[in-house]
Amino acid sequence: MLAKRIIPCLDVRDGVVVKGVQFRNHEIMGSIVDLAARYSAEGADELVFYDITASSDERVVDKSWVRKVAEVIDIPFCVAGGIRSVEDARRILEYGADKVSVNSPALADPDLISRLADRFGVQCVVVGIDSYYDQESGRYCVKQYTGVESRTRVTRWSTPDWVEEVQKRGAGEIVLNMMNQDGMRKGYDLEQLRLIRSLARVPLIASGGAGAPEHFLEAFRDADVDGALAASVFHKGIIAIPDLKNYLRNEGVPIRD
Amino acid sequence: MSKPKIAVIDTGCANLSSVVVALRKLDVDPVVTASADEIRAADRLILPGVGTACAAMEKIRERELEELIVNARQPLLGICLGMQLLCASSSESALGEARQIPCLNVVEGTVSHMAQGDLRLPHMGWDQIEIMRDHPLFAGIPSGTYFYFVHSYAMNISPATAAACTYGSRFTAVAVQGNFMGTQFHPEKSGAAGARLLKNFTEMQL
Repeated sequence: MLAKRIIPCLDVRDGVVVKGVQFRNHEIMGSIVDLAARYSAEGADELVFYDITASSDERVVDKSWVRKVAEVIDIPFCVAGGIRSVEDARRILEYGADKVSVNSPALADPDLISRLADRFGVQCVVVGIDSYYDQESGRYCVKQYTGVESRTRVTRWSTPDWVEEVQKRGAGEIVLNMMNQDGMRKGYDLEQLRLIRSLARVPLIASGGAGAPEHFLEAFRDADVDGALAASVFHKGIIAIPDLKNYLRNEGVPIRD
Repeated sequence: MSKPKIAVIDTGCANLSSVVVALRKLDVDPVVTASADEIRAADRLILPGVGTACAAMEKIRERELEELIVNARQPLLGICLGMQLLCASSSESALGEARQIPCLNVVEGTVSHMAQGDLRLPHMGWDQIEIMRDHPLFAGIPSGTYFYFVHSYAMNISPATAAACTYGSRFTAVAVQGNFMGTQFHPEKSGAAGARLLKNFTEMQL
């Protein structure tokens, strides 16, 4: 049976792993290669690396660390951040990444998703969505350039509409970053996950808010997501991956040994 | 004894670095090549594959690799699309086109899209294999072991099926026909289990 995936997310800035609360105030968590090797050895099913500054400040970011990661781990991993062209993606895949994830550049240029899917296959193309629940309007909206506060903006897209759009254009997987919950460790937004699950015909990964093993269980059992992504609980040692996998297995979730 | 020489066949459309990295961790000497001499001289061949069957078969013919692969006598392992290319044919062509692409036809089987009902595709993640017959590839690997899959097309169950996987329907996870072998999953991305399978491949006596 297809296992549910546990995915540590490593936010990368200037070559180190960092983590903020609600996308702000970043603390340094450790070296990319050391953390990648540690999570791989502990049983992570996949890793995601987000270069969180890349899309926001328009610079060409050195991605040679991707090659080093590929040399130390033997599980799949995805790289996000600053991928604006087929050429950017080609370089990262050549370094040994399995997938690339596009977020802000896909909002600026939705056809980028199709060009990536045509060139590399849909299985290589992940679309990350920064979704914000706006209490006034009561709707989920998509934000862009969330890496830097001054540039962050609300797009014209509602999250459900953007989910439909990216699938039409060739997304092979969707990572839903629920911004209101990010770094709060109070659980995923299950209502939002269930809504997006009903619209997603590709694998769906929950991101933002995990703080306890029960939160992972809820996302898998109650929203049927394919993977759950988390950062601070793993980086800070609040949840150990082997313990989490044992817990989920005992609760009947299909988990890789 | 010198290390076994492994030729990773460079079809020009696959990402080969992961396979080479995984092989380097074993006691072997991998070379990425499209050269006929190097391929003939190798002790083992690996046929990787990312992309579409249509594009990959075009590249194989363009590089005059078809005869070489079909006539190989040493153990050959196709990975993912590489396994599918060993079959008789595949329905994976350019977008919107519906036709059968003739493949290498050294393993009995055909490849078609996995779509059915509301099955989520690609089949992406860790899934279990069900071993159907014993083979040196499976030394130390029991039925139920998880491997990493990512694909939307699959090979049917055929006499060449050595292990199956079920997602929607049952399909071939590992194919074996003589010296031709293939895995639908990516052993190079499948942690310790994948490394064991690659080691078995490099060490097996046929």
